[in-house]
Amino acid sequence: MEKSLETIVKDLQEKFGIMYEEFRGEVQCMVKAENIVEALKTLRDTHHFELLSMLNAIDYYPQTSPRFHVVYQLNSLSKNLTVQLRVAVNGDQPKVPTATGVYKIGMWREREVFDMFGIEFEGHPDPRRILMPEETEGHPLRRDFPLGYEEPQFTFNFEEIDLRKPYAKE
Amino acid sequence: MGVEQKLGNMGVVTTTLEQTVNWARTNAMWPMLFGLACCAIEMMAAQAAHYDMSRFGMELMRASPRQSDLMIVAGRVSKKMGPVLRRLYEQMPEPKWVIAMGDCASCGGVFNNYAIYQGVDEVVPVDVFVAGCPPRPEALIHGVLTLYEKVKGEKFKDLAADVK
Repeated sequence: MEKSLETIVKDLQEKFGIMYEEFRGEVQCMVKAENIVEALKTLRDTHHFELLSMLNAIDYYPQTSPRFHVVYQLNSLSKNLTVQLRVAVNGDQPKVPTATGVYKIGMWREREVFDMFGIEFEGHPDPRRILMPEETEGHPLRRDFPLGYEEPQFTFNFEEIDLRKPYAKE
Repeated sequence: MGVEQKLGNMGVVTTTLEQTVNWARTNAMWPMLFGLACCAIEMMAAQAAHYDMSRFGMELMRASPRQSDLMIVAGRVSKKMGPVLRRLYEQMPEPKWVIAMGDCASCGGVFNNYAIYQGVDEVVPVDVFVAGCPPRPEALIHGVLTLYEKVKGEKFKDLAADVK
């Protein structure tokens, strides 16, 4: 990887004890949940990573430990560098401190992660669903959520599906 | 709706009156702007100069439901948008009709998942379905003309039974 990126990653390693992987010049660092706000602040202030371009999560369900990875992708516009931080969280009652204090865009991105995966963010100013309607139960992008697939209605099964479909009243 | 309530079935007078009322309704039916997704572009194209819908009576599209008779649901309706659609439908005054334009409004289209209604007739009662992804402006105009045929066949005694 590039020289400047190497120094940044070494700095993070000294301060927070992260493990990192590198692939074709791109770096992924695994950070613990308690350290994530400090790590983001360090990257924003000392190393000039101004832009949080992605805050999302991945669900690796069958390999159960740990189930979710919350992914933060940071871009530095002045230095033209990219770094990715990952926080591994477990499946039952997952909680991560909020990044809203560091990057304002975190507010809506964390609402989306909460809506789709169920990961709660401590200290978030407005924790409610953003994409699905309010009364939805469950979190759609988890691996064990059903697809919501409806069987297509051909001529041979027309009546069966017709009976089950919830048509609107007048 | 006052005409239907008072009259009912008076023979020849009713027939001519029905034809007049239906002719008036078809010649000046104003649609409500309900373009949600890609089908909205085709709806705009149908309204614009090349394929003109004004020659069929749809001179302008009213943005307010209180001033329109026809709702063209153009595009996919998500579960979050459903209650909004229902509320706008209920705010339209009688007589009102609904055209489901495109595959997503008719049957869910390519989206068969937890977030999209599989056909907008789970939310509002639909009169005409127009197939296509997106339907060409000519197909939409054909759907509108089919709706006109349906309106011209409406009789007072059916509508009088509805109003109770």
